[in-house]
Amino acid sequence: MGAFTDRVRDRWATAPGWQRWTVYVLLFIGALLLPSESIGHFMSPYSDWASVLFFPVGTYIVLAIGLNIVVGQAGLLDLGFVAFFAIGGYSMALLGTRLGLNFWEILIAGVILSAISGVVLGGPTLRLRGDYLAIVTLGFGEIVRQTAENTDAIGGPRGIAGIPHPPSIDGVVIFGVDIFHYGVLDPRPYYYLLVVVATLIIIFVKRWEKSRVGRAWAAIREDEDAAEVMGVPTFKFKLLAFAIGASIGGAMGVVWAGKTISINPNDFLFMLSATILAAVVLGGSGNIPGVILGAFLVAWLPERFRGLSEYRIMVFGAALVALMIFRPEGLLPSRRRKAELAEGTGGMGAMGAEVPDPQAHAEPEGAAK
Amino acid sequence: MFDNLLGSFWPYTIDGLILGAIYGLVALGYTMVYGVLRLINFAHSEIFMIGTMASAFVVMVMGVTKPLTGLALVGGLLLLVLAGGAASAGSAMLLERIAYRPLRKRGASRLAALISAIGASLFLQELFALVIIPYVFNRPQQGRNQMGVARIMEKDTLFSIGGAQVRVDQVIIFVAALGMMVLLDLLVNRTKIGRGIRATSQDPETAVLMGVDIDKIVRVTFLIGGLMAGVAGALFVLQFEVTKFSIGFLLGIKAFTAAVLGGIGNLRGALLGGLFLGLIENYGAAIFGSGWKDVIAFSVLVLVLMFRPTGILGESLQQARA
Repeated sequence: MGAFTDRVRDRWATAPGWQRWTVYVLLFIGALLLPSESIGHFMSPYSDWASVLFFPVGTYIVLAIGLNIVVGQAGLLDLGFVAFFAIGGYSMALLGTRLGLNFWEILIAGVILSAISGVVLGGPTLRLRGDYLAIVTLGFGEIVRQTAENTDAIGGPRGIAGIPHPPSIDGVVIFGVDIFHYGVLDPRPYYYLLVVVATLIIIFVKRWEKSRVGRAWAAIREDEDAAEVMGVPTFKFKLLAFAIGASIGGAMGVVWAGKTISINPNDFLFMLSATILAAVVLGGSGNIPGVILGAFLVAWLPERFRGLSEYRIMVFGAALVALMIFRPEGLLPSRRRKAELAEGTGGMGAMGAEVPDPQAHAEPEGAAK
Repeated sequence: MFDNLLGSFWPYTIDGLILGAIYGLVALGYTMVYGVLRLINFAHSEIFMIGTMASAFVVMVMGVTKPLTGLALVGGLLLLVLAGGAASAGSAMLLERIAYRPLRKRGASRLAALISAIGASLFLQELFALVIIPYVFNRPQQGRNQMGVARIMEKDTLFSIGGAQVRVDQVIIFVAALGMMVLLDLLVNRTKIGRGIRATSQDPETAVLMGVDIDKIVRVTFLIGGLMAGVAGALFVLQFEVTKFSIGFLLGIKAFTAAVLGGIGNLRGALLGGLFLGLIENYGAAIFGSGWKDVIAFSVLVLVLMFRPTGILGESLQQARA
C-alpha cells in the first residue's frame, strides 16, 4: 500500500495544472452527488443518509480541518477545540434569537468572535510548554461549557431553542432538490451549504500551507528553538494558527446551529474534542486528504455499525492505543510528517526516560532544552 | 456575597482540606510519571476510578449492613485501602506495559503517547460502564449511573473548630494522606530505588550509563503512582460513599491542576497544590455558588500557568538533593 500511495503522490506532484483542477472539480461534484439514495441504504441503514452526511460526517471533517491547523501544522496540542465550536454555536443561537440577525451576518460575527476567543486563550498560554498547553486548553473547553451551563441568561442547562434557519431562496430546483430552501424536512440544502463552506476552507488552508505562514508553522513544529533563532516570530505564528483554527471551529458551529434548531451545553462535551483530535491523528496529521479520511471514518463507522453502538467508544479507545503502537503517523500521513516521526520527534519531542534504540534515532527531551 | 463564606468559614475549610488531600494523593501519580517520562498520564484518572471501584467491591463482598465497630472496623478499613491500592497499582503497571512501553521503546513522540493515553482512558471508562458494573457488581442496565456504597463506619464528631464539626472519617482521611505522603517522600529521598527515580528524571541517558535499569524505574514509578491513586480512591469512597464509571474525569483534571500548582515533578508540591486547590474551590463555591466550582478550579490553573508556570514550589523531582 505504501508503494502505491508513493507512486500516486509522485504522479500528483508532477501533474500539470489542468489535471489537478480536473480532479478537484470531479471531487467537488462527487461531494455534491454523495447524498444519493442509491448508496444511502448501504452507507447508513439506520438513519437518513443526508442527515448523517451533515452531522456527524461533514461537521467532523470541517472541525478536523480546523484542528489540523493547530495540531498538524503548528504542532500545538489543543484538547479543548470544542470550545470554539461551542462559541460559534452559541453566537448563532444568541444573535439569531435575541438580535434577529440573519445567518450570513452571524457567520461573519461568529468567525470573528471565535477568532478573538482563540487569541484571548492563546495570548497568555501559548508561551507555555506543549503539554501544559494541552491541559490549559482542556480546562478552557470545560470552562466554556460550564459557564454556559451556569449562566441562566443564555439558557443554562436547557440551552437555547428556536434558532432560525439560514434565509431561503425558493424555487431553484435542481434534480428535484430545492437547493436553497433551508427548511426542516430536507437536510440536503444544509449539506450543500456545508460542502461549499468546507471547499472554501480547504482552499484557504491549502494556500496557507504553501505560504510563508505554512513554512513558519512547519519550522515551529519541528524545532521551536531553532525556528526562533532563525528569525521566525514563533509566538506570533502560533497565535495565528490558534486564531485560524478557532475561527474554522466557530464557522462550523454557526453552520451547525443553523440547522439544528436548539443547542444546549451537553452538545459540547470533552468527548467531541477527543474525537476530533483522534480523527486528525488517525488520518495523518498535517495532511488534508488524510485528515478528511480520518474524520470520515471516525464519524461514519459508528453510524454504520449502530447495532454495535454500545461498544463503539470502547472499541474506539482500544483502536487509538493500537494505532499509536503500530502506525503512529496515521493512515495517510504527509511525507514530511512521516520523516519527522521517523526521527523520533514530531510536534512535542520525545518522551523522557528514553533509551534510544540504535535503530530509532530518538533524541531524549533533555537534549532539546 | 461573602456572607456565606464568612458565616461558615470553618466547614468550608474542612471540606476543602479533605477534598484537597484526595487531590494531592492523585496528583502524586501525575507528578511522578511526568517527572520520569515527561508524559501526562491522561489515563491516571481511570486508575483512580479503578481504586474506588475496588473499594466499593470490597464493601459489597463484606456484605456490610450496619456500620462496623472495633477490630472489625480497623480490619475493614485496611482491607478497603489495600484493595484500592492493589487494584490501582496493578492496573497502572498493566497500562504502562500495554499503552506506553511499546511507544517508549520505539521512541514515539509525546503527542502519540498522549493520544494513546486518551484511548486507554476511554477504553477503561467504557469497560466499567458496559462490563464490570453491570456484571461484576450485578447492576445490569445501570452501568452509567452513580453507584452508592454502604457506609462502613459510624461518622461521629470527634471535635469541633469554630463551630464546624470534624468527623472521625475526615481525620482518618487527612492523616492517611499525610502518612502516604511522608512514606513516599522517604522512599524517593532515602532509598536506592528512589535515587534511581531521581537520576532517571534528571538525565535518563546518564542514568543508564550509571547502571540504572530504566524499565524497572518506570515500572516502579507507575506502581507507586497507582498505589497512591488507589488509596485516594478508597478514601474517596469512605468519605463520599459513591462512585461512577466517569468519576475520574473531572477529579483527574483537577489533580493534574494540583500537580501543576505545586510545581510538576515536585512531590511535596503535589500535596500542597492539592490542599490549596481544594480550599480555593470550596471558598470559591461559597462565594459564587457551587455550580462554578470547576470553573474556578480551571481558572486558577490558567492564572497560575500565566504568572508562575513552575508552580508554587518549583519543578523539582530533578533538583531534589541526591
